[in-house]
Amino acid sequence: MQGLAGVAACSTVSGTGAAAPPRPYTPVFFNAAEWNFLLAACDRLIPADANGPGALALNVPRFIDQQMTMPYAQGAQWYMAAPFVQGPDNLGYQLPYPPRDLYRHGIAGMNAHAATRHARPFAALAPDVQDDLLRAAEGGKLVFGDVPSAAFFDQLLANVMEGAFSDPIHGGNTGLGGWAMLGFPGARADFMDWVDRYGVHYPLGSVSITGETA
Amino acid sequence: MSDDARRLKPVDVVVVGGGWAGSIMAKEMTEAGRTVVMLERGPDRSTAGEGAYPASIDELEGNFRYKLFQDLSKSTVTIRNNASQTALPYRRMAAFLPGEGVGGAGLHWSGVHFRMPPDDLRLRSRVIEKYGAKFIPEGMNLQDYGVTYEELEPFFDKAEKVFGTSGEAYKVNGQVVGQGNVFSPSRSDHFPLPPLKDVYTAHLFRKAAAEVGFHPYSLPAANASQQYTNPYGVQMGPCNFCGYCSGYACYMYSKASPNVNILPVLRRHPLFELRANCHVLRVERDSTGKRATGVTYTDAEGKVVTQPAEMVILTAFQFHNVRLMLLSGIGKPYDPVRNEGVVGRNFVYQNVTTSVVWLDPKVETNQYIGAGGGGVAFDDFNSENFDHGPLGFVGGSPVWVNQAGVKAIAGAHSGGPPGTPRWGSAWKAGMIDTYRHSLRIDAHGANMAYRDVYLDLDPTWKDAYGQPLLRMTFDWKDNDIRMNRYVVDKIGNVAKAMGARNVHLGMREFGKPFDTRQYQTTHLGGGAVMGTDPQTSALNRYMQSWDVHNVFVIGANAFPQGTGYNPTGMVAALAYWAAYHIRTTYLAHPGPLAG
Ligand SMILES: Cc1cc2nc3c(=O)[nH]c(=O)nc-3n(C[C@H](O)[C@H](O)[C@H](O)COP(=O)(O)OP(=O)(O)OC[C@H]3O[C@@H](n4cnc5c(N)ncnc54)[C@H](O)[C@@H]3O)c2cc1C
Ligand code: SF4
Repeated sequence: MQGLAGVAACSTVSGTGAAAPPRPYTPVFFNAAEWNFLLAACDRLIPADANGPGALALNVPRFIDQQMTMPYAQGAQWYMAAPFVQGPDNLGYQLPYPPRDLYRHGIAGMNAHAATRHARPFAALAPDVQDDLLRAAEGGKLVFGDVPSAAFFDQLLANVMEGAFSDPIHGGNTGLGGWAMLGFPGARADFMDWVDRYGVHYPLGSVSITGETA
Repeated sequence: MSDDARRLKPVDVVVVGGGWAGSIMAKEMTEAGRTVVMLERGPDRSTAGEGAYPASIDELEGNFRYKLFQDLSKSTVTIRNNASQTALPYRRMAAFLPGEGVGGAGLHWSGVHFRMPPDDLRLRSRVIEKYGAKFIPEGMNLQDYGVTYEELEPFFDKAEKVFGTSGEAYKVNGQVVGQGNVFSPSRSDHFPLPPLKDVYTAHLFRKAAAEVGFHPYSLPAANASQQYTNPYGVQMGPCNFCGYCSGYACYMYSKASPNVNILPVLRRHPLFELRANCHVLRVERDSTGKRATGVTYTDAEGKVVTQPAEMVILTAFQFHNVRLMLLSGIGKPYDPVRNEGVVGRNFVYQNVTTSVVWLDPKVETNQYIGAGGGGVAFDDFNSENFDHGPLGFVGGSPVWVNQAGVKAIAGAHSGGPPGTPRWGSAWKAGMIDTYRHSLRIDAHGANMAYRDVYLDLDPTWKDAYGQPLLRMTFDWKDNDIRMNRYVVDKIGNVAKAMGARNVHLGMREFGKPFDTRQYQTTHLGGGAVMGTDPQTSALNRYMQSWDVHNVFVIGANAFPQGTGYNPTGMVAALAYWAAYHIRTTYLAHPGPLAG
């Protein structure tokens, strides 16, 4: 009981959105309400724990915001010609929305759902309630207008993983914390003398494209 | 020919597409003294540019933003599982990743470099000899290639020498010479380079597979194990197992690519001209329809241009070749209802599933170390190497550890054992454990051809140039699912012998349709197959269109059915085979090549 209460208490602080990422960052794409959602959701998707840093310390929200300014987020690499006909899931994504729009619709939908059910925006909910909502979105149980919640959730989760584990040059993986928790050497890209040293971990730490080490 | 198209000065040969097939054909035709224009719809690319360290060592750009792959916003395909469905556009990269730009997918492939097994080249005949014609399931279009291993051997050999392939032979000129694949046919020569070293997981797999009684061998890899100079005089450096292989240009100049192994010589040849950013719209034909007169394309400025040529060689990649044939009216389009026509017929894929083995948590598997073509395989259940009689299916599957380098984002996505959540603390714990202490084993199976699996033009969606997209009608069939499950089941014992703490056997499930959202491979095949019967093949055995004799079509489109192996070694050998016959016969006597 005590443990549960403890978890709830300390996460509520971060859950309110009061816990800004370690370094001040002003989002370019996301508005204040969206940003609060993003901070709270990232904190649940990759929480800080004994296994390593969480998405906030890794500046995953900053990564996502910066990605939103790229052609990628406007669907530049997706085939976006009409008509948009919905079909079985296994035939893939068929919505007319590029990533930016998925975030806009999805976050508004999550917050509207939280407001109807719990009379508060997502970021102000207790962590276990946030988790339930995220799980419902993941399982496709919510619908935000014509955006199935799973389409939004998959977009969010994919970008969260990218932010935590890509080269810091893209704005996330701060201090190479994502790589360090995996034991991934990053941009070393030279194992000539380690390829046949069997079963033991490579001794050198991670390095980034710009030469940052951890 | 469209009236508004600008006409250029005629050339001898126009080559459509700047990948492996196109570069080989252009090289051969310039050697034969012909003027060649290569048209590539993507940008010009080179290893010095795209492969420059450290900027190229970026997983987000390479594997998640698909920096070097096809621009789907301009052109894609539509896909459905069966003819009763509406095919829908493949809008985001996932199941397969076609290349684009000079070098094609050859700039950033992995490098597993096989020769086609002799039995696979005459699979229909072999199956009938061994099990009788009734053994072939209803609706399966099993065919022979119309070319034998003995005929292709010199060209497999040539391709390996050009690629600088690392590997260990089993038999050379009929004599057992080494520890290579005991099921592989005799070769005229050794591999140009010794095999790559085994990474730890491949080493464990080799030991365990042998213990179980299988016959492990080093994967033949077009990743140089040592410094090498190829017959064209270009140099490669030794692979350092950097792990950024599949999806990346090789900054070490170790992975064979058209850009490293052929184009440096070709670009300097006075008879050769490369035009990048030129998207070919169609092949033009004369009034008889039996002779091509050149191609029409949209150039970098968006102008429509016609390039007249004596010969057109399509090397745009498997399904782009099929689409260009359909758009140009070359060959009769396949009609699955009447079972007539050949262009689009026998479309096939690779039947691959991945199993995961977890080792002791004290053991670090270092999955980030690896070369794209490196690893250890066994072929005991590939091709006709085992008795299919009591099993009742056609086809087989090599099994291998091919650790090409698992990087951090990919590791995060793969997550933990099945049943682990995809996020949160439980995901994190399972994912880290899996990343550090597991290894992956693939069953890289063949996929047979079926009457109702095919390619045609989509009735609804168009590309950026206003031309219909190609439509794929594809699903997994009972025969192939049973084959996969039989072979994957064998992985269980190997995993046990490796001291597995946990195993997930990745198998195809009955009733689960082909899923376009999950990466499988870019080993698509068929659709314009080679053969000796114009009723069942679009190309004769020299890769020449039966209908328009000055059009040759080179690519995996020629495979009548899938194979357990990766396709490029065969595509390159077929290119050299076709080029040989063009040079020795066709150029002197243009017309249908007989015999
Ligand atoms: C990630 C990845 C890993 C792979 N690993 C392996 C492996 O380990 N072993 C193996 O055997 N195979 C592998 N392959 C497959 C291999 O890359 C292909 O078999 C090989 O590149 C095919 O060569 P190609 O010349 O037929 O086509 P491509 O290399 O695809 O070249 C075709 C070119 O034609 C151009 N083109 C297409 N349409 C037009 C048009 N209308 N006008 C002008 N140009 C056009 C394209 O832009 C492209 O550049 C891999 C593929 C991928 C994507
Ligand atoms: S693994 Fe080897 S061949 Fe592949 S990109 Fe790295 S150095 Fe090149």
